[in-house]
Amino acid sequence: MTAFLRRAAALLLRQFYLLRGSPARIVPLFAWVAIDIVLWGFITRYLNSVSNARFNFVPAMLGAVLLWDFMSRVMQGITTAFLEDVWSRNFLNLFASPLSVSEYLGGLVLSSIATSLIGLATMVALATVVFGLSFLVYGTLLAAFLLVLFLFGISLGIFGCALVLRFGPAAEWFIWPIPAFISPLACVFYPLSVLPRWMQGLARLIPPSYVFEGMRGVLEHHAHSLASLAFGSALALLYLILMARAFTGVYRHAVRTGLIARYSAETVS
Amino acid sequence: MARVRPAIEAGRKPLAWAENLLMRPVLDSPGCHTDFWMPHDTAPTSGSILSVSQLHKLYGETLAVDGVSFSVEPHEILGLLGPNGAGKTTTINMILGVLQPTSGSIVIDGCDLALRRRQALSRTNFAAVYAPLPGNLTVAQNLRVFGMLYAVPALSRRIESVLAEFDLVRFRNTKCGVLSSGEQTRVALAKAMLNQPRLLLLDEPTASLDPAIAREIRATIREFAARTQVGVLWTSHNMIEVAEVCHRVLFLSRGRILLEGDPRALPSQLGHKTLEDLFVTVAREPLTVRHAEEDA
Ligand SMILES: Nc1ncnc2c1ncn2[C@@H]1O[C@H](COP(=O)(O)OP(=O)(O)OP(=O)(O)O)[C@@H](O)[C@H]1O
Ligand SMILES: [Mg+2]
Repeated sequence: MTAFLRRAAALLLRQFYLLRGSPARIVPLFAWVAIDIVLWGFITRYLNSVSNARFNFVPAMLGAVLLWDFMSRVMQGITTAFLEDVWSRNFLNLFASPLSVSEYLGGLVLSSIATSLIGLATMVALATVVFGLSFLVYGTLLAAFLLVLFLFGISLGIFGCALVLRFGPAAEWFIWPIPAFISPLACVFYPLSVLPRWMQGLARLIPPSYVFEGMRGVLEHHAHSLASLAFGSALALLYLILMARAFTGVYRHAVRTGLIARYSAETVS
Repeated sequence: MARVRPAIEAGRKPLAWAENLLMRPVLDSPGCHTDFWMPHDTAPTSGSILSVSQLHKLYGETLAVDGVSFSVEPHEILGLLGPNGAGKTTTINMILGVLQPTSGSIVIDGCDLALRRRQALSRTNFAAVYAPLPGNLTVAQNLRVFGMLYAVPALSRRIESVLAEFDLVRFRNTKCGVLSSGEQTRVALAKAMLNQPRLLLLDEPTASLDPAIAREIRATIREFAARTQVGVLWTSHNMIEVAEVCHRVLFLSRGRILLEGDPRALPSQLGHKTLEDLFVTVAREPLTVRHAEEDA
């Protein structure tokens, strides 16, 4: 365990060295999510003023944006840490060391925790101070929401890394749109019931849909189903295991074909 | 065929068996030596540092390595020679665990690489021109990160000592990417020595060094090999260097070992003036050499 942590910490330290004194790396950690919060903060303010209903858009929409952006930051925390090794052609040095694949993934997760917390803190500060979002309305469930989104963000990130390891650095462009691609099914802004039947089925396979359904449940009728949230967590955990396995499979393939040693070739065999 | 063993026989310390027994961690399985780091000159010795047997690598249709077997002994520097594309780097990559052999086995210091990868690799290290350390970290930062990956004890002190050894002190806070290629090679060598490896793999380590530095590096590696139980596998296209630094050479061509012997004795044994002449002949006509060798 200590050996695992030491090697994962080595990778975290590398990310810290890279971040320190590199505005190009630091700014994206909070700038885009801050802009999102400001944008949606004003949108919800406007919606509250025109609808004059009892419904408060701030926790429903701004809170949803915040949670969704948190998940995207977790995913990008994983993929950017991985891409640093792609860009600096570091695979040969890393994998010729005693580092194992699980330790490597552990290092990516640690890096992602560190960077996504910066984004989360920025968003929470803006949303609460400027737009009066109160997290008290979600109650203790907030921890469960964050957990599911965190696990699923990690899974998506590892999936992105597996894509790039398999198809070469150019596959980076597959990674960035992943959150946008699944957002319609995640039911961030609308209840699952507005989707057509077949899409509902798909949405139930996406763990964040349980989070956003749960969030609306709490806000609208102060009720929530712990069972469905637990199911969402289990599903997220399942994805995490599957994606870690997929990455390991891709890594093994790369070791067989020689791609780890000659990553610049993008694909061999 | 000419075949020499390393000049220096591994000296066994009295009570080495007791030390071996006491130092062996409980969880360590048989077949692998001690599981944790310790100064290697005190580590118990038994047998080869590296033994490779019947190694094959097939890339699709290309047979890059075709049944290679050899071993490296403690204190020995083994030269791996051969023309471009002979399979030297492929062999080294397999020993580093970043390329899976099609068949064959690799045992590093008693650890089977396929079964005990972590243990095998924690006592191995390498430097190669095509694997520079990340250019966006400073020399000291890179050494710290890799030192942690290799679980080097008393890391700060070790970093200072390799910085001094490879004349890198003034580049401590310089990004590796701005160093000259020779300086980058020295950083890679410093990283390769960080964990005081039992097995050191050097793929053309002096390719971009000036003659003065190259000579210093050769002396450093030779001294390291004489002082510790390390085994070194060295590839180079510089035959003068090979004759100077290697105790023994293997000549690889099209994935097969054609010749093995003392680089200083081999040329005359096969009727050539220099190692370079021999190289050129073997590289051009591997088959004639094989016959000549049989006649000899
Ligand atoms: N991943 C790969 N896929 C397909 N062929 C490969 C791969 N890696 C190496 N090869 C081929 O295998 C052969 C051996 O290459 P290798 O790099 O081991 O040669 P080498 O002896 O190190 O040569 P050099 O002296 O030029 O460095 C070459 O013909 C090379 O083209
Ligand atoms: Mg080579």
